[in-house]
Amino acid sequence: MPKLTINDIEVEVEPGTSILQAAEQIGIEIPRFCYHDRLSVPANCRMCLVEVSPGPPKPAASCAMACGEGMVVKTDSDMVKQARKGVMEMLLINHPLDCPICDQGGECDLQDQAVAYGYDRSRYHENKRAVKDKELGPLVNTVMTRCINCTRCVRFAEEIAGTPVLGQFNRGEEAEIGTFIDQVVDTELSGNMVDICPVGALTSKPYQFKARSWELRKTDTIDVHDAVGCNIRVDARGREVMRVLPRLHEEINEEWINDRSRFSYDGLSKARLDRPYIRDEKTGVMSESSWDEAFAVIKSKLAKVKGSEIAGLAGDLVSVEEMYAFKDFLHGLGSKDMDCRTDGSMIDPRVRGGYVMNSGIEAIEEADAILLVGVNPRYEGTLVDTRIRKAVRENGAKVALVGEACDLTYRYEHVGDSPADLEKLAKARSGFAKILKDAKKPVMIVGSGAYARADGAAVQALCHAAAEKLKVVRKDWNGFNVLQNAASRVGGLDIGFVPAKEGRGLAHILAGTKDGSVKAMFLLGADEFNARAEIGWKCFTVYVGHHGDHGAERADVILPSAAYTEQDGLYVNAEGRPQLARAAVTPPGEARSGWSIFRALSAVLGKALSYDTLAQLREEMVKHYPHLELIDERGANEWAVFDSKAKVSGDVFALPVRNFYLTNAICRASDTMRKCVGAFHASEVLEAAE
Amino acid sequence: MSLLRDEDRIYTNLYGWDGADLKSAKKRGDWDKTASFIKKGRDWIIDEVKASGLRGRGGAGFPTGLKWSFMPKDSGKPHYLVINADESEPGTCKDRDILRNEPHKLIEGALLAGFAMGANAAYIYVRGEFFNEGSALWTAIHEAYDAGLLGKNAAKSGWDFDIVVHRGAGAYICGEETALIESIEGKKGQPRNKPPFPAMAGLYSCPTTVNNVETIASVPTILRRGGSWFAGLGRDEKNAGTKLFCISGHVNQPCNVEEIMGISMKELIEKHCGGVRGGWDNLLGVIPGGSSTPVLPKSVCDTVYMDFDSLKEAGSGLGTAGLIVMDKSTDIIYAIARLSYFYKHESCGQCTPCREGVGWLWRVMVRMVQGNATVDEIDMLWDVTKEIEGKTICALGDAAAWPIQGLIRHFRPEMEKRIMEYRKNAA
Repeated sequence: MPKLTINDIEVEVEPGTSILQAAEQIGIEIPRFCYHDRLSVPANCRMCLVEVSPGPPKPAASCAMACGEGMVVKTDSDMVKQARKGVMEMLLINHPLDCPICDQGGECDLQDQAVAYGYDRSRYHENKRAVKDKELGPLVNTVMTRCINCTRCVRFAEEIAGTPVLGQFNRGEEAEIGTFIDQVVDTELSGNMVDICPVGALTSKPYQFKARSWELRKTDTIDVHDAVGCNIRVDARGREVMRVLPRLHEEINEEWINDRSRFSYDGLSKARLDRPYIRDEKTGVMSESSWDEAFAVIKSKLAKVKGSEIAGLAGDLVSVEEMYAFKDFLHGLGSKDMDCRTDGSMIDPRVRGGYVMNSGIEAIEEADAILLVGVNPRYEGTLVDTRIRKAVRENGAKVALVGEACDLTYRYEHVGDSPADLEKLAKARSGFAKILKDAKKPVMIVGSGAYARADGAAVQALCHAAAEKLKVVRKDWNGFNVLQNAASRVGGLDIGFVPAKEGRGLAHILAGTKDGSVKAMFLLGADEFNARAEIGWKCFTVYVGHHGDHGAERADVILPSAAYTEQDGLYVNAEGRPQLARAAVTPPGEARSGWSIFRALSAVLGKALSYDTLAQLREEMVKHYPHLELIDERGANEWAVFDSKAKVSGDVFALPVRNFYLTNAICRASDTMRKCVGAFHASEVLEAAE
Repeated sequence: MSLLRDEDRIYTNLYGWDGADLKSAKKRGDWDKTASFIKKGRDWIIDEVKASGLRGRGGAGFPTGLKWSFMPKDSGKPHYLVINADESEPGTCKDRDILRNEPHKLIEGALLAGFAMGANAAYIYVRGEFFNEGSALWTAIHEAYDAGLLGKNAAKSGWDFDIVVHRGAGAYICGEETALIESIEGKKGQPRNKPPFPAMAGLYSCPTTVNNVETIASVPTILRRGGSWFAGLGRDEKNAGTKLFCISGHVNQPCNVEEIMGISMKELIEKHCGGVRGGWDNLLGVIPGGSSTPVLPKSVCDTVYMDFDSLKEAGSGLGTAGLIVMDKSTDIIYAIARLSYFYKHESCGQCTPCREGVGWLWRVMVRMVQGNATVDEIDMLWDVTKEIEGKTICALGDAAAWPIQGLIRHFRPEMEKRIMEYRKNAA
């Protein structure tokens, strides 16, 4: 442990710590542009120069120099101040200084550091350099003249995203960042380049010229576009969400989020259900109504329906409280038929270890062997994928895939594509089976799509058995993970939003709507299946949700609810970690939060729920499910092997997410996401059209 | 001090009057008892080179023996010797003649140096423009392989040794040792941060030593004649041996010549180049060590000695010992502005002060040539060179700053005069 002195303060640090990190530990700020904790260190901006003795009589880059025993470092000597001034001046001579029209203005490292460390005027009177802007796709806007060539984006693309399409080309003054051959930056993480760009060279295209950072109201909340539960900050102005940014959570998303989480927010203000609607029985036309009218219609319709003829389905984006109230509501009506597994999954809700990620997301980066089963982690949990990539890059982890081959950002062995191949692997003694068994921390990641098939229950039994056989589950280590891709799923399974005893699940409910055994159906944000085709035309359908999407299309009565940015709600992420989402804006029009709709409707139907506020609801809920009270904690999960005699089929594991940018109602309403499909999935769009 | 005696010359075929082939080289004494030096062991070679006082001939003048001793003894990794034949410094052409006419000195030196640092392979990075020289080197390497002097059990020494010739693509920056390593690895030639130094993590992250062609090519003769012989030449023990000088510019006979380290500049120019055009009194100044060293005015040139420490004392440097001689017909401001253009063109663009600053320097220099500036701007120019010098990853920032510092230090009145004239004409 080297001991050194920084500005007369003695500090002892871990070997290998850089001077910059050591200074940070004792609260001394050293300005920097190119240095980023999670990227490699190029030391090219020269802003972090400090005086180090013993050493040559010139300043050293503190980000790249490791602490040594007995070093004496000065970060505020005249030499250092002069060096910083010089570097700052150099950075600014070719910078356009167009801060008043730059989106980065107000949150720009260059601006801040120029104020803190620079000269107050320029001595440069020659012509400035102009650099041609690059077209990087519909998400990242470029103003390359502002670029200071720190290469953070280049390193991010190569190291974190695994798509090395950016680089610095040309030399000297003419050096510029770009793709060399014009192409879009085809990664699901491209928005993070906007965050790490210390200047306004890379800015958000959808946010361009929309708002200034200081006029936004910032709300810390949770992302619901996948089940990873990325921590985000929603920036709003008035009633509109202006942008979404990642928030630091070391155990989940570090400081990244994917492009869908970041850029789909324009979908929140399009195709919204802002008042109740009723379908005219004769003409089939939807017309606006008041809440009272809508409730009256539901009451009169349900009057003739028995409790056993009512069913409910909950979709991918809803909060635990909404489902809890929904479940209570259905129970009150006497219904046992409900399901939250609207993707058709056969997953068993009894054993929690069978539907969450037991190792947790963070532990994946320590893994040395990773088996993927029927999953494309890049699309189903992008921030889980970055951890796998980290394990591969830093740990030399070996990866194998059973399932449809897909384009991952690391090398993997494709050992098969069906459950039968998994069975074979489990029995094998050599090859990847041996690698898993010999691994110190083996991890198995099963996609939610693997269980969403007719033989899903048998596949789950097989996966559990394989995990035992391949020693992925050990006494002191459980590396078995199911990567859900719906934010609501783990929460739904936790509170038992599944058929009660003798109740029916998704397939039987949908069949029941056609054969007349289900006469009334409640959909809570259930947009994942084609409701128009799947729900029988005679079945009276009430849709509670926020977007005019698949579910609303089929509904007879629409009750508008709030989206995830508009209400407080609990979401349990894929690791089984409960997290709180908070309202950043108010719901549009007459929309209300989901739980209160069921509370109000239950009163109209004479089966009033026992709580009047969200707090009361939560209080009751945690009585039944105490783990939901432990916010941001990942408890231990029980584990079981199922005894299944059922045979698995040889059908290939199908991937549930084909089009990353259009996975839910919010995305489908978003113009930005549509543009992404055109830019990043152009070949698939063409195929579909042909 | 007397001139170098013929029997003390290392490069007896510098001008190509004899053949460059192996047979001719052997006749001149190359590859003589090579194996016997290797049999004496690593430490003997390093000690002998240390004793000779040989300092790196690429420009920085770091003691060669000391540099070799930094190579770890047992790293568990392969070691590499990298030879820098990317000679691109304006005014310098010594390595070119070694590649052309004395390639076997270099190859033999590579084997001996490689053995001394535990390397079984050497990479020779040849400047892109040196097409014929690279080919000559190839021919010599093939000859050496055919004669068993390279490859398994090279020269029957029991040491396996291979040489790879890597051609550059003409970037000046690739002559910087870490940029050169990056370039060999197939990356864009941009210098690395130091530490770690190449001796710890160089080529492919393995211990590496990068040496100049002249340094390596001098080694066989030093070992053959003994370190004390080499140390006995030159002005003092810190500036010992012989050195190839390249004299260009306004002299009557520009030439490449091997001379004793520490010969006086005047003697060098008068004896070997037929003097300055129009006589010594017509001398304006000399850039003594390749374009990146500061220019020296005639008053300094009268008395200065051509070695590392004397020139450093005089405010310049020996560099590559490429003298650019300028007589009084020279527009010295324009000459330095042209060098600024060169450095602007060759900056790699990696780190800020050099990328942005060198262009700034050049633009101001262009105005200085016309006189379209203010006297204050001379001070500003000085300040800007100071903002670049010592703040960059590699020494190219310094190299770009020094010529201008030299100009301002010695020719400021000339610059001011130019500004005044421009103002007078404009008024």
